[in-house]
Amino acid sequence: MLRYLPLILKNCWRNRRRTILTIASIGVSMCLLGVMIAMFHALYLSDATPEQALRLVTRNRISLTVPLPESYGSRIRQVPGVRDFLISDWFGGTYIDQKHFFAHMAVDTGKLFAIHQELTIPEDQRRAFERERTACAIGRDLANKYNFKLGDRIHLVGDIYPGDYEFTVRGIFDSPRPSELMYISREYLEQSLPERQRGNAGTFYILLDSPSSATRVAEAIDNQFRNSTAQTKTESEQAYILGFVAMLGNVKMFLIAISAAVMFTILLVSANTMAMSVRERVREVGVLKTLGFTPGAILSLILGEAVAISLAGGSIGFLFSVMVTSGVRHSPAGAFLPLIPPWQPSVAVACVLTAGAIGFISSLLPAMNASRTPIVEALRSSD
Amino acid sequence: MTIPLAYNLRNLVVRKTTTIMTALGIALTVAVLLAILALLNGLRTTLASSGDPLHILVLRKGSDSEIVSAFTRQQFQDLKFKPGIAPGRDGQPLASLEIVTVINLGGGDNQEGANVTVRGLPPAGIEMRANVRIAGGRWFEPGKREVVVGKQIAARYPEAGIGRKLRFGRGDWEVVGLMDAGSGAQGSEIWGDGNQVSADLQQQESLSSALVRATDEVTAKALIDDINNDQRLSMNARSEREYYEEQTASAAPIEYTGIFVAIIMAIGSSFAAMNTMYAAVARRAREIGTLRVLGFSRGSILWSFFLESVLISGIGGVLGCLLVMPLNGITTGVWTANFSETAFSFHVSTRIMLGGVGFAVVLGSIGGLLPARMAARKEILTALREI
Repeated sequence: MLRYLPLILKNCWRNRRRTILTIASIGVSMCLLGVMIAMFHALYLSDATPEQALRLVTRNRISLTVPLPESYGSRIRQVPGVRDFLISDWFGGTYIDQKHFFAHMAVDTGKLFAIHQELTIPEDQRRAFERERTACAIGRDLANKYNFKLGDRIHLVGDIYPGDYEFTVRGIFDSPRPSELMYISREYLEQSLPERQRGNAGTFYILLDSPSSATRVAEAIDNQFRNSTAQTKTESEQAYILGFVAMLGNVKMFLIAISAAVMFTILLVSANTMAMSVRERVREVGVLKTLGFTPGAILSLILGEAVAISLAGGSIGFLFSVMVTSGVRHSPAGAFLPLIPPWQPSVAVACVLTAGAIGFISSLLPAMNASRTPIVEALRSSD
Repeated sequence: MTIPLAYNLRNLVVRKTTTIMTALGIALTVAVLLAILALLNGLRTTLASSGDPLHILVLRKGSDSEIVSAFTRQQFQDLKFKPGIAPGRDGQPLASLEIVTVINLGGGDNQEGANVTVRGLPPAGIEMRANVRIAGGRWFEPGKREVVVGKQIAARYPEAGIGRKLRFGRGDWEVVGLMDAGSGAQGSEIWGDGNQVSADLQQQESLSSALVRATDEVTAKALIDDINNDQRLSMNARSEREYYEEQTASAAPIEYTGIFVAIIMAIGSSFAAMNTMYAAVARRAREIGTLRVLGFSRGSILWSFFLESVLISGIGGVLGCLLVMPLNGITTGVWTANFSETAFSFHVSTRIMLGGVGFAVVLGSIGGLLPARMAARKEILTALREI
């Protein structure tokens, strides 16, 4: 097979325009498929990071919009296996206008960096952030986007918490995940509310002693509040993030349907090209046979050509898909998605293998026909 | 003199495998685009029929959805007697102070369960919404733990059928009726007595939003300005129709992804169409020479090959429409601003299908132009000599 490689490549290049058009066509489709596979992988197949595996999220069973009593915290703390917890409230609010959207979370400032250990912040900035009530800590991505610096003031108009708020940037943290987000002090926020509206908690982030106890602790917490007015739902942080994706609709179905359509399209394009290319060459096949090439050799020549073209298209497509996925990662929506790694070996392998397989399948029929044509008939062909 | 169309049609039939494969590739592209458009079309239809132009929705300043808004009974008393509000059957102004919350219904096609809007409202609120009528059972009685469930919800979640009990607030609520809001978003809600729901949620004083009905459209505009300028009230009023139109934004991620996918697939399939047409031109070099000898001009050859490409893609476009037809009427849900699901159906309209065929034809034109030009440029002698 390998010694035919130069011949295969020469064959690919004999009709340059067709080869280039085919590679471009497959490449464009594979780019799309690459993005879909990367998304699917990130959403449904990737493992939790070590930090994520140590965390659970407890929220009201009804909906994220319905808070839990703050007092649940002390009862959650007593469940064996729980090391600590962090209350995190969604502070709606708007910066400038709706288009400048990023997440603002109100948290117990003192515990934030202990629970979210993957966030790194200089020690002095952390202390400044914890000391001042109107301070905020922002992610590196957010700081870069708006060119925020330490000491800058960020003005937000509240919706869930009515009123105008102003926060001073006291810390900028780095995160392995997209970090277009802002943390503010929950204590400050609570004090700005009228008495009867205090004491609510949106979500509890729970830090575990060990990842292995996650399921047991989650069940224990939910059982504890089963008969209370506000029932809880505790899930892994990964599942919690996936919940946001589910709000868009049946994303899994959507990804699978589009991937299937794209794969089928590539199959058609590739099969069409190979059929055309073989039809043009019937006489040539006759000549090759006269020269002593066995039907098997001819079969592998044609299969090899198809696989080579689709592999080229697949690799180019994958490279483009890497660019697109890193674009998605850096969009504001990225903060709500699981981390989509730009370069994932398994995704790369899946893309290239799919392309190769499609090339192989699509050329099987024309290749078999060509290798079976009797010499005389092939030589007589005028096409 | 133009080359007869039959020439192109026969050519397509002779090379049927290639024709079908190219057309199918285009058909899939069109189908993906149409599926997205049908989804958006369905959502828009639902949201457009949900808002009444005479209705004004009043929310707390800064709130963009009912769920994060707050409205006290005191504020409502100030609002209720503003001029321009239409009177109801009992002579009282048609103004409804409502409480909105969300509950989780399990089962159905989503194992995680779905969040559904529960709305507590006074009799005036029902009277105002003329598009909502009872389709089975009866309306809830004031002061009782009874609810009426939207038809779309009852269809998707059997646990919310008539006679069943839903658990939220401080106990069980009996489902006593089904309401039909046509394709309106209200069909995805659960309604109960305003006082009872707010008591159960321990929010007797602070509810969510208010809906008022103006006497006519001119008054509606004036009333909106009046409320927005009322410093003491500190509320934000907008037409109900506008509010629902804004909700279309919840489908924006799907819209952008879908259009992105369709464009990329379109680039891919126009390359494929180009490939097919180049092959056709190469194979028919002698034919082209013959046609030229017979006296057909370069222009008519260009037109003929261009038309052939458009024909292939037209077939593809029609096939694409056929592929998405089964989607018509399938119900699905999308999350809207209240953090709950609004059900709507895919709607494959004639306009969308025409758009799809048009899209396919554009693809075919782009793919066919260069090969057709090549065909037209061939010199007679060289063309005839080619094998």
